[in-house]
Amino acid sequence: MDDTIITIKDLNVAYQDKPALWHINLDIRKNGRTAIVGPNGAGKSTMIKTMMKLIRPVSGRIEIDGRTDKGVLKNIAYVPQKGEVNWDFPATVLDVVLMGRYVHKGWIKRPQKKDREIALEALKTMKMEAFCDRQISELSGGQRQRAFLARAIAQDADIYVMDEPLQGIDITTENLIMDVIRKLQTEGKTFIVVHHQLNTVKEYFDHVVIMNKTIIADGPTDAVFTGENIEKAYREKGVSV
Amino acid sequence: MIEVLLVLIVTALATSVPGVFLVLRGLSMTTDAISHTILLGIVLAFFMTNDIRSPWLIIAASIVGIATVYIIELVSRTQLVRQDAAIGLVFTALFAAAIILISKYSGNAHLDMDVVLMGEVLFAPFNRIDVFGFSIPAALWQLSIIMLVNFAFIALFYKELKLTTFDPKFAFIAGFSATFIYYALMTLVSVTAVAAFDAVGSILVINFFVAPALTAYLLVRRLSAMIWLSMLFAVWNSVIGYMIGFSYDLSIAGVTSFTALVTFMAVFIFSPDGWLNSRLRAFRQKRTFTRAMILMLMNERGHTRLTAGEITAHFNLNRKQFDNHMEHLLINDYIEKKNGQYTLTERGEEYTHYTRIKYELPI
Ligand SMILES: Nc1ncnc2c1ncn2[C@@H]1O[C@H](COP(=O)(O)OP(=O)(O)OP(=O)(O)O)[C@@H](O)[C@H]1O
Ligand SMILES: [Mg+2]
Repeated sequence: MDDTIITIKDLNVAYQDKPALWHINLDIRKNGRTAIVGPNGAGKSTMIKTMMKLIRPVSGRIEIDGRTDKGVLKNIAYVPQKGEVNWDFPATVLDVVLMGRYVHKGWIKRPQKKDREIALEALKTMKMEAFCDRQISELSGGQRQRAFLARAIAQDADIYVMDEPLQGIDITTENLIMDVIRKLQTEGKTFIVVHHQLNTVKEYFDHVVIMNKTIIADGPTDAVFTGENIEKAYREKGVSV
Repeated sequence: MIEVLLVLIVTALATSVPGVFLVLRGLSMTTDAISHTILLGIVLAFFMTNDIRSPWLIIAASIVGIATVYIIELVSRTQLVRQDAAIGLVFTALFAAAIILISKYSGNAHLDMDVVLMGEVLFAPFNRIDVFGFSIPAALWQLSIIMLVNFAFIALFYKELKLTTFDPKFAFIAGFSATFIYYALMTLVSVTAVAAFDAVGSILVINFFVAPALTAYLLVRRLSAMIWLSMLFAVWNSVIGYMIGFSYDLSIAGVTSFTALVTFMAVFIFSPDGWLNSRLRAFRQKRTFTRAMILMLMNERGHTRLTAGEITAHFNLNRKQFDNHMEHLLINDYIEKKNGQYTLTERGEEYTHYTRIKYELPI
């Protein structure tokens, strides 16, 4: 199983007494671009947060790179659904991107010149260098998203976990983000992306997980992303595809 | 009397620096709660040691301070009451316990309610200790040490404070404990509040913690700049508070707190992005926009000749506004008036063209 980077075994997650994830078993492909799709409330964000140990599961096991300890999280760049941060905080875009480097610093140690260079490079990759000194609260939604992606890039992790990075952004930015993802994939990175536009799944992702509380189907996009599976996932919500 | 001023400045510096993070984390009211409940710790430790200068007072007060934070968390985590209600509940209960104990068991002048509540920085120099052969006020010595500890904490854990305040989830992933930083900060806040008791009392200490940071926040958008500027405002408030309070025989801590409010209001109103400027800007923009729209209307087919009545009705203007706009437009030669009707001049035509470009309207 060399080509698996994340293994989820019999995962159950509940909010109080309301199950959100039910008997999840899943292998995620190393160096793949995996989309996670499913209707609103399907538990996509919950699954990702559980992987990041932000939510404690009721039962089950998640192995990342063969490890289950907390330290492995440093190797994951996580981009939450909508930057759930303290927007009142006086930080510039560069400050935020530099935080990606904190992962490699211990307690007390400050980021070095080298870290600033990496952060600036990440900003360039996301075409955000002009916003470097801009207050983070003064950015548009799409620019914020790019700033947080730049932070993820600056973190220089092997695994990227993104919760709807393409939500609410224009087509130019969407293309930019997908280009960056494809380029990083050739450098050996793994992507797990919650995705809402069903029409672009085939074009953007080589693997897909279709879920609604449980896993409906998962595997290579061509084999798994069928009308029947999608229908199954979205049916009870009454959404036609 | 310079010692009184020094005590005041050191208190203000010791409180204002952690205050920056209290403000950014929305912990002002929690801090206010702590600064009252620590009294319970002080009273209990005082009854046990019978020594107002015992270090046990600080230790006991800090424990009660942290307990306050923890109980507030517990109560609000039940989600049966909201955070603000939880603060109100816990804080008043513990504070009341302290008041009851003082009034019932202490006939002792050392625990004077007025001083506890209001502080009296003027008394600070009477209580002296010898440090390296110099006689200095005990409060000055104690507060200086606490100030340096606070500075050191913020300098050392700057990165961690920044990260856990801005994005606690990411801090967790990056391997930094937000809980540790939170409780460490609140411990320092408790210790600082106890030490500040003598000088400023439990009611006003919240002002010393948050007012400089709030004022700085209006002016700068970098964390480091906010910290430095808070320190500057802390010193400013103290100096002005001392001078006025001393000259007119008023409560120095009270005048300092009031100065902080006046300073905040002044910055709020007069700073470059402040209330006055933004109101002025908005007013000018609206005025320019209305005038441009009047010209634009005259540029439309069927509206090239307009009477005063038509214009006031269309833009919902009163007579005074109308006269003001028209006078401006006539003087600047954008319009002309013939037989009681207004029409665009050539210059006015040109202006409407640029207006379309400026406001990105179809040409
Ligand atoms: N903090 C919470 N407390 C209680 N229930 C929650 C909480 N967060 C999510 N839920 C519930 O858990 C279920 C899964 O939510 P989740 O956010 O994981 O869905 P999602 O697939 O990410 O949806 P979306 O497409 O809207 O982002 C939903 O029914 C939601 O109402
Ligand atoms: Mg979601």
